[in-house]
Amino acid sequence: MTLSYDDVVAKYEPVLGLEVHVELNTNSKMFCGCSTIFGAEPNTQTCPVCLALPGALPVVNEKAIESTIKIGLALNCSIAPFSRFARKNYFYPDMPKNFQISQYDEPICVDGYVDVEIETDEGPKTFRVEVERVHMEEDTGKSLHVGGATGRIHGAEYSLLDYNRAGIPLVEIVTKIVPGTGKYAPEVAKAYVAELRDILRSLGVSDVKMEQGSLRCDANVSLRLIGAEKLGTRSETKNVNSLRSVERAIRGEMIRHAELLNAGGRVVQETRHFQEDTGLTRSGRSKEQAEDYRYFPEPDLVPVAPDAAWIETLRAALPERSSIRRKRLQEAWAVPDKEMAAMINADVLDIVEATVLLGADPTKSRTWWLGEISRIANDKDVALADLSITPADVAEIVALVNAGELTDKLARQVVEGVIAGEGKPSEVVAKRGIKVVNDDGALMAAIEKVCAEQAETAEKVRNGHLPAAGALIGAVMKETKGQADAARVRELLLGHLGQATN
Amino acid sequence: MRELIRLTPMTSLSRDDVAKLAGLARIEMSDEELVNMANEFTVILDAVARVQEVAGADVQPTSHPLPLRNIFRPDVVVPSLTPEEALSGAPAQEEQRFRVPQILGEE
Amino acid sequence: MIRNNASEMAAKLAAGEITSVALTQAHLDRIAAVDTDVHAFLHIDTEGALAQAAAVDAKRAKGAKLSPLAGVPLALKDVMAQKGIPTTCGSKILEGWRPPYDSTVVANLKKNDIVILGKTNMDEFAMGSSTENSAYGPTHNPWDLTRIPGGSGGGSSAALAAFEAPLAIGTDTGGSIRQPAAVTGTVGVKPTYGGVSRYGLVAFSSSLDQAGPCARTVLDAALLHEAIAGHDPKDATSINAPVPQVVNAAKSGDVKGMKIGVVKELNGDGYQAGVRARFEESLELLAKAGAEIVEVSAPNFEYALAAYYLIAPSECSSNLARFDAMRYGLRVGDVDGASAESVMNLTREVGFGKEVKRRIILGTYALSSGYYDAYYGSAQKVRTLITQDFTKAFEKADVLVSPTCPTTAFKIGEKANDPLAMYLNDIATIPVNMAGIGGMSLPSGLADEDGLPVGFQIMSPVMKDDRMYSVGATLEAALLSKWGAPLLDKAPIMGGVR
Ligand SMILES: [Mg+2]
Ligand SMILES: [Zn+2]
Repeated sequence: MTLSYDDVVAKYEPVLGLEVHVELNTNSKMFCGCSTIFGAEPNTQTCPVCLALPGALPVVNEKAIESTIKIGLALNCSIAPFSRFARKNYFYPDMPKNFQISQYDEPICVDGYVDVEIETDEGPKTFRVEVERVHMEEDTGKSLHVGGATGRIHGAEYSLLDYNRAGIPLVEIVTKIVPGTGKYAPEVAKAYVAELRDILRSLGVSDVKMEQGSLRCDANVSLRLIGAEKLGTRSETKNVNSLRSVERAIRGEMIRHAELLNAGGRVVQETRHFQEDTGLTRSGRSKEQAEDYRYFPEPDLVPVAPDAAWIETLRAALPERSSIRRKRLQEAWAVPDKEMAAMINADVLDIVEATVLLGADPTKSRTWWLGEISRIANDKDVALADLSITPADVAEIVALVNAGELTDKLARQVVEGVIAGEGKPSEVVAKRGIKVVNDDGALMAAIEKVCAEQAETAEKVRNGHLPAAGALIGAVMKETKGQADAARVRELLLGHLGQATN
Repeated sequence: MRELIRLTPMTSLSRDDVAKLAGLARIEMSDEELVNMANEFTVILDAVARVQEVAGADVQPTSHPLPLRNIFRPDVVVPSLTPEEALSGAPAQEEQRFRVPQILGEE
Repeated sequence: MIRNNASEMAAKLAAGEITSVALTQAHLDRIAAVDTDVHAFLHIDTEGALAQAAAVDAKRAKGAKLSPLAGVPLALKDVMAQKGIPTTCGSKILEGWRPPYDSTVVANLKKNDIVILGKTNMDEFAMGSSTENSAYGPTHNPWDLTRIPGGSGGGSSAALAAFEAPLAIGTDTGGSIRQPAAVTGTVGVKPTYGGVSRYGLVAFSSSLDQAGPCARTVLDAALLHEAIAGHDPKDATSINAPVPQVVNAAKSGDVKGMKIGVVKELNGDGYQAGVRARFEESLELLAKAGAEIVEVSAPNFEYALAAYYLIAPSECSSNLARFDAMRYGLRVGDVDGASAESVMNLTREVGFGKEVKRRIILGTYALSSGYYDAYYGSAQKVRTLITQDFTKAFEKADVLVSPTCPTTAFKIGEKANDPLAMYLNDIATIPVNMAGIGGMSLPSGLADEDGLPVGFQIMSPVMKDDRMYSVGATLEAALLSKWGAPLLDKAPIMGGVR
């Protein structure tokens, strides 16, 4: 029996909890000077400290602390005047020390919130997601499982370990439980992660690439009967590495829980793994026997006690909050809601703003980036930012169009040229010999030629059947290799055939 | 905060208690070892439990002998070991990675 | 030549009377002659030592300005990482491991052109007071080969007493430099915590471990102290301040007008009569030299041992988790189908000795959920109380003194099955580590009842290490003039060299 989502939310209230791990984009690791560049050859970015060789000691990366404080401030947290690192003890081969340096009861940032807006049946609605803590820790190495199916741990004969990632600074952002989202739980979760990603990006503290694992989300979900006080048992879904997956995973877990509960079963508190292909989760290790992590203060490190002056300096340098910025830009550019949403979705806000700041009209900037250029990026399957066209190029093209030196159609050729690496827009124009035909005499010659060739159509227009003019204009444009201004052609053509143009 | 705070801890451990601790500490132990250690612990725990006699709520714990704060390093990359050096002590290796027996448990 | 002190050797090297190669070879010969009996060394780096010696001689021949101890040989406790040289910590689990890096202490030794002869024996991972817990067999006390040389740094102290090396490096978590010094008639110093870098010192208990100099005289210890001390950015707990002027203090310090506090609780019951007699005698000599002897009380010291045996095991249970057969060291049970978990379990069963396992289990318990506050938490509170006791005592006295340990060297095997009796050895040394202050042990004579060496402990406040050198040098001089010859002259002749 498969329940529909509507059946689930008619009976149960979901309660969310989200843990997001963010890899900071520091140059060096959290506790040693090894590089953090993604994708290096295995074990080339390791040292005595991050391999946990006997005798090696950690020393805290100052930039990582700064980034964490910035994140805390951006999430409206209080910054603890005194915080400490702790050891979280458990054995796992990808964790060289067999303890993780993390924070326990004394995190750097506590008690913040993030407001997210989603579209509901009653229009846009804001949900507040409360942040319990933001703390620092370190990433683990990566294991490659050999011998089993599809590189999975189960059935593998042995594993190969690469510790390049071990010790990369991680910030863990933990929400309080989020009740009251009702059927919108999956959307709220997705919007929260998206908002977090935007904030982190604007802070410049992380690459926030979910597909590379620099932003990872664990989603905790439980259900309780609507109106009930007591929380249900939660499951913890890991491996949720895209925004779409956050939504799918939570929806899927809600349905799975409801089916269990409806059948008189119970939800097991466990870790589950999200599977991208099916959109379902698979059971991981059961947490019936809770790990005893034996936390204690890390004796190799001394406490972090940021003074008020340091915190205020960091606060003063915070970028504008992304929700406020969006409102500001939407107003300034007079963008309809739908278009604004499209821009946010396509992640073109920064690039459009840069183009506008270079003097281009907001609407035209938006149209270029969201339309033609996005289409080309899609065709090539690359990110917008990886195309060799810049906001300056687009601003130049818009200016050329405004000056009448390019038609929209010609401008598209210029865009293509720039992306093909033929140079700046002016260079493309020169190399390709693109120019608007402004010479009325030349246009008239083409019009006369076309009217002679298509005498029947010309006659229709002359008799007042204006829609027929389109075919003639098209032919003239073809005749002039697209370099004519279509509006001017229309004007001249209609005049030639004795029709007023206004 | 920790749960299950017991102000008077057990000053003896059973064989099974020691077995559980050995599991957490990842040390295989024979039955004989477990029993012996449990017996020794009765004496040792009795002696160390004395710390509670003076550890009142008004006393701050000291986790570090010196009152140092905010010791950081600049975010600067320094050369890593070569992979040969990194793997020089490895009991087994393959494809420039540490080769380890199959890992059970969580993915 | 090997019976000289390090400073005398250094003077002869500087004057061109001997070469470092000859001096190093003489020590290697001595090791070859006596170490089968003493077993102070786990690894002898003949080639490396001679190469280093030749390099110093070449530098000196070129007229380069060299550090005070350049060319003098040294024995390194096997708990210090030295690049390319086996580093076992006295444990099977690290058998064959050669670090790809130098500890900061080793880097400093090399920078000062001090010649490293090899690695010395120790209780496994520095857990013990007799060196009987070494996986490679015990070290024997040169004064009586049937007795222990102290621990955990018994190899380093025995090497000094047997004239196998004039200098040695030790580490002291609860007394592992001072107690071996006491029972072998040598000098050992635990500097202020953070005074010498811990980078590359294989951790036993991070908040207590401290490396320091071992030698046959106070001045030699001071020279070595200055060579290895100083701020290290690789150790976040390292103190960023100038090294105390310990060489000056050892050379010209005196005790006139100094207040020396006798810690009431570190004497009396449980202390051997001969130990107490030598202690009283030393106090008289210090008083005669112009010091004022006062009594101080440290009521919480009686809890120090209990707190220590919670804090150190707790930290070690975590520090030693890295020995898991995955990246280096021993691997046991890696058969077809074995899991990483079972290989870890089996390797740690075979690779760790009994005392190490005992402390790991004790620490695992003390940190576990439900017991943390009662054990580890309470122990950390006791630590606060002990530190407060020291603070108050140092308001009344410039340094504090006590016997280094309650008894002289006991027989090998005597306390092997009684962990608590063994732990009592460190009763007078442990409070120093708990508070992170400095401590020194120097020989104060032989106990009448057994003719074995007795140690005198001096304790100084954080980063006032120079004070204990002033007091130590003064007492040493007074004792020397009383005895007419160094105490070690009374040690049995070994290997036919006198
Ligand atoms: Mg975490
Ligand atoms: Zn590293």
